[in-house]
Amino acid sequence: MIEISHVNKWYSPTFQVLTDCTTSVTKGEVVVVCGPSGSGKSTLIKCVNALEPFQEGDISVDGTKVNDPKTNLPKLRSRVGMVFQHFELFPHLKIIDNLCLAQQKVLDRSRDKAVAKAEQLLERVGLKEQAQKFPAQLSGGQQQRVAIARALAMDPIVMLFDEPTSALDPEMVSEVLDVMVDLAHEGMTMMVVTHEMGFARKVANRVIFMDRGEIVEDADKEDFFGKPRSDRAQKFLSKILSH
Amino acid sequence: MFSNLDFDVIRRALPYLFYEGMTFTLTLTALAGLGGLIFGTAIALMRLSGYKVLGRIAGVYVDFMRSLPLVLVIFWFYFLVPYIGQWITGASRPISVGAFASSLITFIMFEAAYFSEIMRAGIQSISRGQPAAANALGLTYAQTMRYVVLPQAFRNMLPVLLTQTIVLFQDTSLVYVLSIPDFLGAASKVAQRDGRLVEMYLFAAVVYFTISCVASFGVRRLQARIAIIR
Repeated sequence: MIEISHVNKWYSPTFQVLTDCTTSVTKGEVVVVCGPSGSGKSTLIKCVNALEPFQEGDISVDGTKVNDPKTNLPKLRSRVGMVFQHFELFPHLKIIDNLCLAQQKVLDRSRDKAVAKAEQLLERVGLKEQAQKFPAQLSGGQQQRVAIARALAMDPIVMLFDEPTSALDPEMVSEVLDVMVDLAHEGMTMMVVTHEMGFARKVANRVIFMDRGEIVEDADKEDFFGKPRSDRAQKFLSKILSH
Repeated sequence: MFSNLDFDVIRRALPYLFYEGMTFTLTLTALAGLGGLIFGTAIALMRLSGYKVLGRIAGVYVDFMRSLPLVLVIFWFYFLVPYIGQWITGASRPISVGAFASSLITFIMFEAAYFSEIMRAGIQSISRGQPAAANALGLTYAQTMRYVVLPQAFRNMLPVLLTQTIVLFQDTSLVYVLSIPDFLGAASKVAQRDGRLVEMYLFAAVVYFTISCVASFGVRRLQARIAIIR
């Protein structure tokens, strides 16, 4: 589904953020990307739907090359759902319109169809009563669930999560993770940047560990949590699992 | 001290002052504000676009307009445009443009420079995550601007835009250098004709002051109502 091969990215000629990153996500797979902050994991996931450009290497999603200038990026992105750390709901639109905007403008769905789809998804994330409110009237956890529903409204073939729980108060983390776990169990292909190792343990198929712009470890979940091969991954794990 | 003033001259001149003068002033303000907003937004988008050449052109334009006194631009434009028109169309005589069209174009050009800076600040005040989220949903650049960025930028900037429009309302009195009967021009004509300078200019000041004050108050009320809930 996602093929990332030998991606190099520089912010400036002397500052390289991604170094020779190669990995893949197959259909139905849940891949968790973790690593210390500044290791390039968010940058990597943003390269997948070309929100961030990169200078070398190739990324393709469902056979379409992301870095090909001829690629119709809006069309490709409409099939790749993305959830951001800071939710990024549109504050001037009601919840229902947040979910309908792209359905109507990008997928050309009728207003009725878009609303029906939106209501069904809001129900699924448990927020049907909030449809007429504005984003700022919701808690962080609710906003992030709306953001997930908004991405799902486009019927994506793959979902990207960029630290979806990092900006949340601790008591709201689980309500968002529950939605993500359900999604994983339904067979959604997911690439998730997160520090939530509990989530990784529960639903991930593979775990990728990044440090200083490199993919240091790319292993099955059992192998990763059992006996990481690299020192750096071991150190990282011992730090975040010790308490 | 007011014993030798004749305020009845105002009453007699009212129909002329408002039907002709104020109508002209308000029409010019509305059209120039609208035109300035449209072109100003375009210039702001040019400046913020990734294309260096476009941004450079827009930047030079804004700096150029902001470095000239408005009254000079009005003056020059009125006398130059006929000749520029002649040069472009290759006509044998200077093209007559008319005082209203000439002053309208001048004000649109001038206000576009100011509005563009306001819009630029408004667009830049939207966090970068917003266009990123819109793009991630598959919206094109134009759709992202139209449905996500500009509506928020407009709402953030509306009080400043309207305040600038109030300034524009006052600035339109400068067309008086072209002998156009805008509100001030009309008042001035009556003043000269009847020799009642103090009364007419006093009255003009009161009218400009009242309208601007009420409008400012309205802007503050509006600001409270349309602000995005945060």
